[in-house]
Amino acid sequence: MTSTLPAWFTARQESAKARYESIPTPKRGDEQWRFANIKQLKFEGLSGVVKDTDTSEIIARSTGLQSPAAKFVFLNDEVISTASSLPENVICLPLAEALEKYSELVEAHFMKQETRLGSAKYAALHQASVKNGLFVHVPDGVEVEGSIEIHHWLSGETTVFPHTLIVTGKSSEVRVIEIFRSTDDTTPGLSIAYKDLYAGPNSGLDYIAIQELNEVSRMIAIKETSTDRDARSKSFILNTGASWARNESLSRLEAPGAHSDMLSVSIPDHEQEYDQRTFQHHVSPNTNSDLLYKNTLYGHSKTVFSGLISVDEKAHHTDAYQTCRNLFMSDDCEANSMPGLEINADQVACSHGSTSAQIADEEIFYLQARGIAPDQARQLIARGYSVEAVMRLKNEETEALILKFIDEKFARIATAGS
Amino acid sequence: MSFQDTDSAVLDAETKDAIDVDRTKGDFKFPENHKFDAGWGLTSATVDYISDVKDDPDWVREFRHKALAVFESKKTPTNWATTDLDNIDFDKIRYYLSDGQKPKRSWDEVPPEVLETFERLGIPQQERAFLAGVEAQYDSEATYSNMKEELSKQGVIFVTSAEGLKEHEEIFRPYFGKVIPTGDNKYSALNSAVFSGGSFIYIPKGVKLKQPLQAYFRINSESFGQFERTLIIADEGSEVMYMEGCTAPKFETATLHSAVVELVALKGAKIQYVTVQNWSSNVFNLVTKRGLAMEDAEVRWIDCNIGSRLTMKYPGVIMKGERARGEVISIALANTGQHQDTGAKMIHAANNTTSNVVSKSISVGEGRSTYRGQVHIPKHLKGCKNNTECDALLINSSSRTDTYPAITVKGNQHATQHEASVSQVSEEMLFYMQQRGLNQGQAMSLAVNGFINDLVREFPMEYSVELKRLIDLEMEGSVG
Repeated sequence: MTSTLPAWFTARQESAKARYESIPTPKRGDEQWRFANIKQLKFEGLSGVVKDTDTSEIIARSTGLQSPAAKFVFLNDEVISTASSLPENVICLPLAEALEKYSELVEAHFMKQETRLGSAKYAALHQASVKNGLFVHVPDGVEVEGSIEIHHWLSGETTVFPHTLIVTGKSSEVRVIEIFRSTDDTTPGLSIAYKDLYAGPNSGLDYIAIQELNEVSRMIAIKETSTDRDARSKSFILNTGASWARNESLSRLEAPGAHSDMLSVSIPDHEQEYDQRTFQHHVSPNTNSDLLYKNTLYGHSKTVFSGLISVDEKAHHTDAYQTCRNLFMSDDCEANSMPGLEINADQVACSHGSTSAQIADEEIFYLQARGIAPDQARQLIARGYSVEAVMRLKNEETEALILKFIDEKFARIATAGS
Repeated sequence: MSFQDTDSAVLDAETKDAIDVDRTKGDFKFPENHKFDAGWGLTSATVDYISDVKDDPDWVREFRHKALAVFESKKTPTNWATTDLDNIDFDKIRYYLSDGQKPKRSWDEVPPEVLETFERLGIPQQERAFLAGVEAQYDSEATYSNMKEELSKQGVIFVTSAEGLKEHEEIFRPYFGKVIPTGDNKYSALNSAVFSGGSFIYIPKGVKLKQPLQAYFRINSESFGQFERTLIIADEGSEVMYMEGCTAPKFETATLHSAVVELVALKGAKIQYVTVQNWSSNVFNLVTKRGLAMEDAEVRWIDCNIGSRLTMKYPGVIMKGERARGEVISIALANTGQHQDTGAKMIHAANNTTSNVVSKSISVGEGRSTYRGQVHIPKHLKGCKNNTECDALLINSSSRTDTYPAITVKGNQHATQHEASVSQVSEEMLFYMQQRGLNQGQAMSLAVNGFINDLVREFPMEYSVELKRLIDLEMEGSVG
């Protein structure tokens, strides 16, 4: 990184490095890593060899929405393409550039929260190592039309630390879509990503992460969402790639009227493992949160869901819901669910539900009677099952993009005959 | 006036009164009269003392010593449980107190103050009214143990655990410590080292007990730990219902109760185990309970926790035979100064096994209730089903409730569902009842009883009446 980094930033990186070294590696028996595959945290194996990659080819492969409001392409945390038709007063810059031009604004929001869902060590590593990412700041009253689209490509046996910091001002609106991919199917890489999302008063912030790394790469994604008075934050995670992905999503409802939607669709196959930990933190009264995670498991795959709704002492009149559903498509998959509640206030309506089951023979029979082959029938039902969470985004263009990735995954599963 | 807005300080005083009213029944004590006292603290000498007094066979003495080593090596599980556990000072507890008498077969032979204790608790009356047999434990040992004569003729065994391990070793030993191994957790290891009292029950093939057997556990001494050990074996096709009750006077210092209960239901057998726990609010109640259900067998835990300072209890069922069934029905009431940390463990280990967990908790004042559950369905099985429901009711604005389930399902031939909800009594409901002439307290009591009514019906009739009364008393004064 260039020498123009602000002093506060280099100081924070140094203390983060010390923190990374002092925090012990998670071990078996740690409650936050219950059911987790601790072996996945051995990162030493990567050679660090980065291949020469044809950037123009990567840019050409970075397809997403028809016409995004802005589009950034990163290759191993380096910007290789930018395009923007955003209103002038919206700041949307690579983090390295934002640190130079808007140092104070970045400092005010950069990694302020304590990581409490198990990966504090890796959050520290991210902070110590982060080089780039995207900084989005939407001023008061500005509603961004369309979506900001970010492509992150991972190339070679290396580790990347993409950072995303989004801040929305009063009564503003923005949607950011991030897509994580590998440049080839065979090189193992590691991505330790961190997302800082701040939804200001009465604003709307939609954040979508599509994770389609190759099936030998790993990812840790930590997300901290803060939702202010009357604001609406919506986050969506799609997992189709990676050999192992750990998502830690914390959503804080800071002031009355705040609303947070937390959505996810995961479709693991083969030996893929998705480990998702969530925390719905109701700090203030009259807030609500709604979580829906849907997993469809093929092959020998495994999922872990650990969710907690936490209602603080004075946070009366909280509405909080949490649902995790697992659909089993093979005999060898495994789902672990730990849906939790911690309620310290009354006058609340909270519930959680978790189910796991397979498709009933009657349902397949019904579709077969209408001329649809059993394999196709299963796929159709699994797709419809995932769509329920996607539709909650209520934006056709975004939904279509996510469904494209979902359909591609189903197509891969169908051709592999899993 | 809205009950949620009630000043919590006023409310606490009133809640306290409610507890005191309730506790008078069990809150009395007699002077201690012990011939045998293992003294304070726990060392291998304590274990030897207990073994000497009880004249243990060598294999039991060895079992105790091994368990003591396990207990000392295990950490207090505060990585997931409450740090209140750190407040137990194992050096300030007495581990064995008894008068050295064998349990009596007739109430007439029981020492007068002990008889008066159980008379006041209503045990002899209940025995005459509806029980098939009673064991009454006073501190470390059973003081009375009797069963209807016709049952012994049928081959039913109902004795203390000490008698069981000596007189019936051939049935007792193969199952003892097998359902709950010593190292299961720190407190099961503690119990294995110093256990005394509790029941051993054997129901022969095909015998179906029409009336329940009952055990009553009474703590009379201060700074004392009660460690009873119960083993129930229901042979093929037999049925039994076992009920346990417990009380202790309220002391300033902490009292520890750490039991281990093992149930074995052989092919086609049914065991129902009913607990109404009403310890005084200085008791740490750390209990390990688990049942083994073989082919077509059924184990049901019906559990009600009203008393104690901290209860940690997660009755479990290991469904080892095909079509075995496990069930936990649980009611918990946590008042100010109490933490009811209860739940269930369902381990599916055979095809087509089904389990059901229904848990309802009520938190009053500053009380805290926690549900912790585990459901495990391994990969090689087919057709396993689990249903879990847990509902929590919060009465006051400083009441707390937590839910921490963990469900593991492998393979696609199973179905599980888990649901939990948290709610409070709606103002409309209270208003409606008040309009019909009930005062606010009565309305609240009625609403709470309605909340748990479907579970209370699972208890034997004599208990469900008692339970409703207890809950009424606990709720008294909790609303302004």
